[in-house]
Amino acid sequence: MSSANPTYRLLIALVLAVVLIALDQRSRWVDPLRYALGYLTAPVQYLAHLPVDAANGVMRLTETRTRLMESRERLERQVLILEQKVQRLAVLQAENTRLRELLNSSANLDASVLVAEIIGVDPDPNRQELVINKGVRDEVSQGQAVLDSEGLIGQVVETGPLSARVLLITDASHAMSVQVNRNGVRAILAGTGQGSRLRLLYVPDTADIREGDLLVSTGLGKLYPRGYPVARVVSVNHQSGASFSDIEARPTAHLDRVSHVLLVQSMEPVSAPDMETDGGDQAGAAGLEAAAGPDTEGADATE
Amino acid sequence: MRLNSERPAGTGVILVTLVVAALLEVVPLSDTLNWVRPEWMLLVLLYWVLSLPHRIGVLWGFMVGLYLDVLVGTTLGQWALAYALGAYFMQAAYKRMRVFPLLQQSAVVFLLVGSAQLLAFLIQESVGRTFYPPYTILYSSVASAVIWRPLCGVLRWVQLRFLVR
Repeated sequence: MSSANPTYRLLIALVLAVVLIALDQRSRWVDPLRYALGYLTAPVQYLAHLPVDAANGVMRLTETRTRLMESRERLERQVLILEQKVQRLAVLQAENTRLRELLNSSANLDASVLVAEIIGVDPDPNRQELVINKGVRDEVSQGQAVLDSEGLIGQVVETGPLSARVLLITDASHAMSVQVNRNGVRAILAGTGQGSRLRLLYVPDTADIREGDLLVSTGLGKLYPRGYPVARVVSVNHQSGASFSDIEARPTAHLDRVSHVLLVQSMEPVSAPDMETDGGDQAGAAGLEAAAGPDTEGADATE
Repeated sequence: MRLNSERPAGTGVILVTLVVAALLEVVPLSDTLNWVRPEWMLLVLLYWVLSLPHRIGVLWGFMVGLYLDVLVGTTLGQWALAYALGAYFMQAAYKRMRVFPLLQQSAVVFLLVGSAQLLAFLIQESVGRTFYPPYTILYSSVASAVIWRPLCGVLRWVQLRFLVR
């Protein structure tokens, strides 16, 4: 065995690797291999998360009585406020459904969710990805939207048997269609590759977008459910001479601090938004969202 | 180093060291420390190639790289290619490597890790998943070269303690 020429082995390995790379980029044939290896990699991911888990456990054990009582009080207040909001929501929802029926449009915001814990962060600074502790066995599928309590986080791009990878909205290769909650102006929200910074692309200088505007998902491109908060505009720079204004936003979700996320389980097919704007924008947005999806070969949607 | 004629033993120990290296690859670090995370799995692989060149070689490199690909979610084959090449060069140079002084060994490790990372970076670039400029891989290559000697000491101890040959 030791006498076999290592150069031949290298050649075989190189050819095999190149074929793998090509197949992984152009097709889904190697997904079963990735899936099978997932059984071996998931335990390592879980193990790497153990120290964090243990630290949290110790913190919980050593919390003082007064701290606990304080947090209980705060939570009770929060529940009261939320319950009051829900009361109004039920009425609004019924009314909304009635009105939508009148319009013959069937957008549905309801979706069941699955709670998952984040067990890993991508060690490569070039990529903004997370690993969660739910996989195919918990019926997680590619393309599912991932949220936290404050807003959208990203989408599932890869599913293993026991874990899944989530592409964050801040990743440089990610873009999605959003609209301003205040007036329905639509734009493309792209990641910058840096945590908690997003950019609105191709927004005409005259568009009515201000600092503090809430951007919500439009559901165009069929990847994300409609109507979830995504980001808040932090700065709008009009540059004289440039055709588009330079708009920066910050995700509403706490991408760097979350420990648990929600996976939107069953997405209703969404109808296109009813608001009337130029069709080119819409097509562009849908195309971009598709390009950022998991199936296409590494499209660099932002550039 | 032991004679080649001896019966190989301790494959399990080698696998355990690689799993520990895999853990170190993904254990969460702060953003700054993340830049100087050494290529643990490649270093451990290189050590085993260096001390058991007739057992651990290109195919091990390929397998370990493939495992890393799935672990960190890169294009399947990206690290497999880089690690196979790294193992190959170490296998070709192990005799010289063993007599090199400390600093020179670290320099070779720096070159090996650096070129493997550059290769992986190029593949990732072609897939469109890079964001920072290529010189950023230098940080972890330097860190790998610095950590090489201490790591060698630890792995040597493991090798002698558990009779890996």
